[in-house]
Parts: sequence; structure tokens; C-alpha cells
Amino acid sequence: MTQIENVSRRRFLKGAFGAGAFILAARYVPPMLAQGQTTYDGTEADRATLHPNLFVGIQQDGTVYIVAHRSEMGTVIRTSLPLVLADELDADSKRVKIDQAIGDKRYGDQNTDGSQSVRRFFDTMRECGAAARLMLIQAAALQWNVPAKECSTELHAVIHKATGRRLGYGELAAGAARLTVPTKEQLQLKKPSEWRYIGKGMTSVDLEKLCTGKAMYGMDARLDGMVYASVEHPPVFGGTIKTLDDQDALKVAGVRQTIRIDPFKPPAAFQPLGGVAVIADNTWAAFQGRKKLKITWDNGPNESYDSVEYKKELRETAHKPGKVIRSVGDSDKAFPTENVFEADYYVPLLAHAPMEPLVALAEFKDGKVTAWAPTQNPQAAQAIVSSELGIAKEDVICHVTLLGGGFGRKSKPDYVAEAAVLSKKLGRPVKVVWTREDDVKFDYYNAVAAMYLKAAVDDKGKPTAWLQRSVFPPISSIFDVNAVYGDPPHLAQGWTDLPYDLPNIRIENGPAQAHVRIGWLRSVANIYHAFGVQCFTDELAHRANRDPVEYLLDLIGPPRTLDFTNVQYPNYGADYKTYPWETGRLRNVIETVADKSGWAGKKSVKGHGFGFAAHRSFLTYVATVVEVEVSDDGEIRIPRVDTAVDAGIVVNPEATRAQFEGAVVFGTSIVRSGEITAKNGVIQQSNFNDYPVARINEVPAQTNVYIAESSAPPAGVGEPGVPPFVAAFCNAIFAATGTRVRDLPLSTNSNLG
Amino acid sequence: MVKLKVNGIDRTFDGDPNMPLLWYVRDVLGLTGTKFGCGMALCGACTVHKNGEAIRSCITPVSAAAGGEIRTIEDLGANGLHAVQQAWMELNVPQCGYCQSGQIMQAVSFLKSTPHPTDQQIDDAMAGNICRCGTYQRLRQAIKPAAGRIA
Repeated sequence: MTQIENVSRRRFLKGAFGAGAFILAARYVPPMLAQGQTTYDGTEADRATLHPNLFVGIQQDGTVYIVAHRSEMGTVIRTSLPLVLADELDADSKRVKIDQAIGDKRYGDQNTDGSQSVRRFFDTMRECGAAARLMLIQAAALQWNVPAKECSTELHAVIHKATGRRLGYGELAAGAARLTVPTKEQLQLKKPSEWRYIGKGMTSVDLEKLCTGKAMYGMDARLDGMVYASVEHPPVFGGTIKTLDDQDALKVAGVRQTIRIDPFKPPAAFQPLGGVAVIADNTWAAFQGRKKLKITWDNGPNESYDSVEYKKELRETAHKPGKVIRSVGDSDKAFPTENVFEADYYVPLLAHAPMEPLVALAEFKDGKVTAWAPTQNPQAAQAIVSSELGIAKEDVICHVTLLGGGFGRKSKPDYVAEAAVLSKKLGRPVKVVWTREDDVKFDYYNAVAAMYLKAAVDDKGKPTAWLQRSVFPPISSIFDVNAVYGDPPHLAQGWTDLPYDLPNIRIENGPAQAHVRIGWLRSVANIYHAFGVQCFTDELAHRANRDPVEYLLDLIGPPRTLDFTNVQYPNYGADYKTYPWETGRLRNVIETVADKSGWAGKKSVKGHGFGFAAHRSFLTYVATVVEVEVSDDGEIRIPRVDTAVDAGIVVNPEATRAQFEGAVVFGTSIVRSGEITAKNGVIQQSNFNDYPVARINEVPAQTNVYIAESSAPPAGVGEPGVPPFVAAFCNAIFAATGTRVRDLPLSTNSNLG
Repeated sequence: MVKLKVNGIDRTFDGDPNMPLLWYVRDVLGLTGTKFGCGMALCGACTVHKNGEAIRSCITPVSAAAGGEIRTIEDLGANGLHAVQQAWMELNVPQCGYCQSGQIMQAVSFLKSTPHPTDQQIDDAMAGNICRCGTYQRLRQAIKPAAGRIA
């Protein structure tokens, strides 16, 4: 549990409404941020009368402040996680105010990625709420002179049933603040049947602001006296400036000056890419000035990167023996010469393209930096700003605004570092605004991957031996230039953990050198791994003339916990005893979705097909059925998607449904058109014209989400919907057309029409 | 010097008349509800109304709005939420919300000309507005009750 300390005594009765650090005020014209704010006075919770721990504060007027230390990018986490605390506190949600935390290691992990916010902090939030509740009960008991065990709580009040007495939380806050904060062992958590909010959920606390233009994103942060910057980055990863002529840029009205940003020192990690910043009075002038820069570049070693050649290399590597990741039986000896089937799959580089391009506002003053950024990872922003500027991490205050989408891109704070570096050079606040073109061309892309799968089958079409080999440039290459093999956490994303009950299995990985920045994107390696495994399985089922659902259940085998003894299986960083890989839970979601979608009665015919896939990722089990219609000229419609989900305990079912609805849209983009390519080291895409993402007329017309009732510990919901959808969509296309989709995306590899 | 009306207030702008309306309302007027998404009229995040019709402010020079009435998301709900905004809230449409100002302004303009839209008409009218979170299903569902209330 997060350390509990009673700071409320020294904070006692300190001003209830001290200067908010980042007030998301709902005014007609959005306000400027407070100026020169190089000190930070903590959260409202920190300043509250009763403040038993980091995450909660209670005022004498009954207002409860709960700290949201994770970033809000649309998952409603800034509402859902505080709601867990409110539940154990037995607080009235209408009297709860959310306090967005700055980046601060005292909160523990703040990197809002990996679909892990709820699972990592569920217990902490419950304990923090329960601690405050117990103190309020004790305070009331003291006041009434009755034993604490005779008192209970009832929505924002402590009651003594025997005498009918009642005191509100606000009335008790000061008294409770004089008590010792209880230890974890003294806490009594609610039974699930007593939960008031967990499992019922709530809409976003920001909902109205999101619908009225009043929500404040990083793009909307403003400080008096700030200037705007737009950065021309080296077109090839690792390139440097040879010559710069900025004369014409400086003639653009509103342009003030240009500033060089140093190239990064490998490995790139989260350092700025380097280049030339145009500083101007407004965003438009900065963009215009950039167009007038005359720069010649030394492109460096990645100039030869060509994604067409690279695809061939990956495929060749995938056909050679690789590093063995996991082995069952002896698949070398087990492969006969007959009844062997093999196939290659390919997924290209993918860009995140969140609707809000990268942006950050930073002010360097008196040796300290204050930044406002739409970041998924404010502590990483502190770290990179600190190392770029040579100041202490504690001297970097990183406020977290709302994020206009993240999908993993905003976990990498290179853009925050750019703003800080420029502010230090200019001595005034700087807002760095990336264009969409910058966003698409200078991403940390999801890895391009080639997969080779091979199976020998018996007379029922069931594999007797199975080999799968993946090759992709690893994410670890941004931290280690020599890294070429998949790292265990990403291999474990749907590759190491093939859940099939087969006598001979060999799982391998081959080397690939990165030529661009590789990073995690919603569902990460699960995207290509599930695509390879679940499409290959579907191919085997069809070859055997067997129903794909029945066939997959046969391969998965009986309900059991997978045994990863002597296998490197990080399990998404979760304890394996708490979050074991249970094939029974995968079977359940498969059976549920087959039932709910009416799978048994669905018959694919030419032009109208049903596809299926199932996958566990981020500790959540998902099975998906996709229905497609394919016209004679190859045009694809998706009338319906059914998805069954077992994510353990679900705090906010409505928000969870929305995540799975969104996941199929994200997956639609991947299948239809998601592809980043490079020639001479330069990324060829630039905006939504050549990196199209799914529009309303291209996505599933109806997505039904079925959430399993479960008492298992909570798992992820933001990402797990994407991988099975991608595979099921491609399997549905086969069912409707007889054409296999083995290379994504359809826009460049389809021969359907 | 460009004269125009923004959210009912007379404005004059003596800066670069080629500056897109988007940056004028955001950087000069501080009306940040209108969003930058692509700069090429490809995503619709910047949608505002000019004389009641949806336009993409990222490619519309301020000069092209001379003499016109511009309305942004800030003004839409200034005197109580618009029916479209209400429906958006009831169906819990937004996720990250960044595209929703544009979606809402597009939907309001669309419903004026098409008060009883079919699914196909909704898809056609909204296809210029990208939502990367994938809220399309809900926003499609929200447009119909909104239409009913306006009509």
C-alpha cells in the first residue's frame, strides 16, 4: 500500500481553497494559466483538513478531494479510479472533486499505459478510502463516547444506529485529523455486495466540458508572455543539420527567431530528435516560418532504410531458425514431410495519430521548469527534462492536462523536453506545437513484424507439431542501439503464451535492426502476434473442414492454468499467482460470444462472411465475432461485431464497453489502411490523406460488448479489444471471399476486388 | 484589416489575412474549444459555423470570413446546452473528447438542413470528422434523438 502518513496536523485548517495549480475553469474564454508558477503547493487533497494519505482529503464543508494520478485520454480513468476510493470511503460522489496530480514519484507509477491503472491501484485506492472512513468513524465514536464498532457509515455520514445519531464527514474532518492514521491491518474493506460504485460506474466527471469545448487539453494551455514554436526535425532518424539558412523564415510576419535543438545522443530514448525551431507570436506564423527554412541534412546511417527491402529481409529472417523462446516436446523430430502447412503473415509499422498532435508548454525560470503537457507519463517527462537541462527531477513540475488521445505515443515525452529546452534558451514560456505531419513522420511506431507459422496435422486436422517464428525490431532498441531480438515483455504479448494443448510446440524469435523509433501503441505486440496465430488457426480449421470455434476450443484443450516453468513469461508485470493464464476463462468468452452472436446458425456465403478469433492480453480474455459484407468490387462493410470480455472485476462497465467499441474502430484502421513506409530513410506518409484512419462510414455499424461477471482481480480494458478484432475481421473476409489476408493492410495488399 | 463577427461580437483583425480562422480564434481570441487536428480539412476537428454552415476553420483564411458571422463551440451552449450537446451527454459519446467540438458543430449544421436523417445520411454528413477513439457508434445514435428535439 502507498505509504499512509498523517500530514493533516501540520496542514490543519490551512486555507481550504489555496491557489489551484491548473484550474480547469468553465469560463467563456479559457483563462491563462497562472504565471511564473515555479513552486507547487500540492493538491487540494494535500491541503484539506483531513488528509490521511496521498490520495484523499476531506474539508470541513464535506468536500472530498480525490487525487487522480493517472492521465485521462478517454478511458475515463480520472473518474473510475477515484470512484474506487470513494466507494470504500462511502462518500457521496456528488461531493467528490477530482484533483489531477502532477508528476511525482510519491504516487508510485504514473505511466498510464499497459491497461494497468485499475489493476495496479485498485487495492491502494480501496485502502486509502477505507483508512479515511475508519478515522471518521473513530472521530464520531469519540464525540459520542460510544465504541467505534457500534458506528457505521451511510453515504457521507457516520451513524450510530442504537441512538439514531448522525454526523456528516465535513463535521468530523477536524476531529478525525487529530487521530492516528490506521495501519493496513486495522482496515476493514467492504464486501463486494456492499460496493456502491464499483461495478456500477459513472460517466466522466469531464463529460459536460467535453461537449462544450471547455475541456482543457495540452493544446489549449496558455501563459501570458508565451511564444509558439514549431520544430523542423531531421527527415531521417538520426540525421543532423549540415547547413541552415533561415533568412526567409525570419521575414515571415510574426516570426521572432530560430533556435537549433541539438541532435540526440544514441540511444534516442525520449530525447528530442534535434532540428530547428521557429519561434513566433502565434502557431500559424511558426508553421509558415518553417516552410521557409533552407536546411541541408546529413541523413546518417538510416538513409538506406527502405521498407519494401526491409519487409523482404524480415521475411527471410523469419524463414531461418531463430532464438527459441519456448519449447514443448520436440517439434524438430515431430515434423513429418506430409500434411505440413505453413504461412507467412506481415503487419507494417503503425503510427498512433491521436487527434491532438503533440504539444507542450514549458517555462524555465529560476533554475526550475514548470510544464503543462498532455502526457501519459509525467514522471518520464520530469526525467528527460531534468537530464536535458541538467537540473534535478524535483525541479521539474509537470502538470498533466487532458489528453486528446494518447494510444501510447504520449508516454514518450520527447516533445515536452523540446519545450523545456527552448524555454531555457529563450528565457520565456514556450509552447511547442507539432503539426499532423510531424506527428505521422516522427512517431515511435508500432513495430513492423513478419511471422512464419508451420503446423503438421493429423487426420482430423489437429496439429501434432507447431512452429511459430516472429521477427520485429524491438522497442528496447530505443534504449539500446544493439537490441535486435524481441524483449521478453513483448514476446509475452500473445507469442510466448500460445495457449494450445499440443504435444510439440516451438516458439522462436529472429533478429531485426530498427531504423526508426519503435514504441508501444495500443495493444503493442499483441496486434501482430494475435493476427498471426489466430489467422493461422483459422486457416487450419478451414483446411480440416472444421468449425473455427470448435477447432479453436479443441486446440486450447481443457480448462487449466498454463505452466510457464523455465519460460520467461513476465505476464504484463503482474504476479502470476494473482493473474494466472487460465484457459477456462478463454473458453468461457469463446462460448459466450459464439452463443450471443448466434454463431452456430451463421453460414458464410460468397460476399457475406463471419470470422472469429480469441486472445488474452493485458490479463483480459476476449473473443470476437465479426460479420462482413464484401461487394464484387471488393468494398467491405462491417454490419456487426460481437465481443465477449472477461476482465475480472470491472469498476466502470459503461466506460469498459466504450473501450471495446473504440477498440474495433482502432482495429478497423489497422486492417483497412494502417501502414507507415519509408524510402531513403524518410517516412512517406504525412497526414490523414496518406495515413487514413477509419471514418464513420467504414467502421462496424453495430458493436455488441458482453462483459463477464467475474470476481477475479481487475485486469485491463483499454487495449485487449484490438488484437482479436483484427484477426477476426481478416478471418471474416476469408469466409466471405475465399481470399486470405496475410499481409496488412488491405489498402496496399488486397486483391479482393 | 478584416472585420467579422465571432460569437456575436464584432471583431477586427489587422494581422496576416491569410491566417486560418482556426488560429485566429484560438491564438488571437483565446477560444480554444475549436481544435487543431490536421491543418488540411481532413479531420474536421476545427469545424465552426460561418453564417450557420459548418466550415473547416483550418483552411479558411480570416479574410474569407470578412463580413461573416462565425460561431464556435463556446457559443453553441452559451444559453443552455444545445439539443445535440444534450444528446451527446445522454449517450455518453466522448472518450478523449478532442474531436467532439468539431463533431458537434458538424452535426448541428447538418441537422439544420436534414432534420430527419437516415443512417446513410448521417454517415455521409459525418464522414469528414475523424474520431480516433472510435465513438462513431454512439455519435450516430445520438444524432437521431437530437434531431427529434430540434425538429
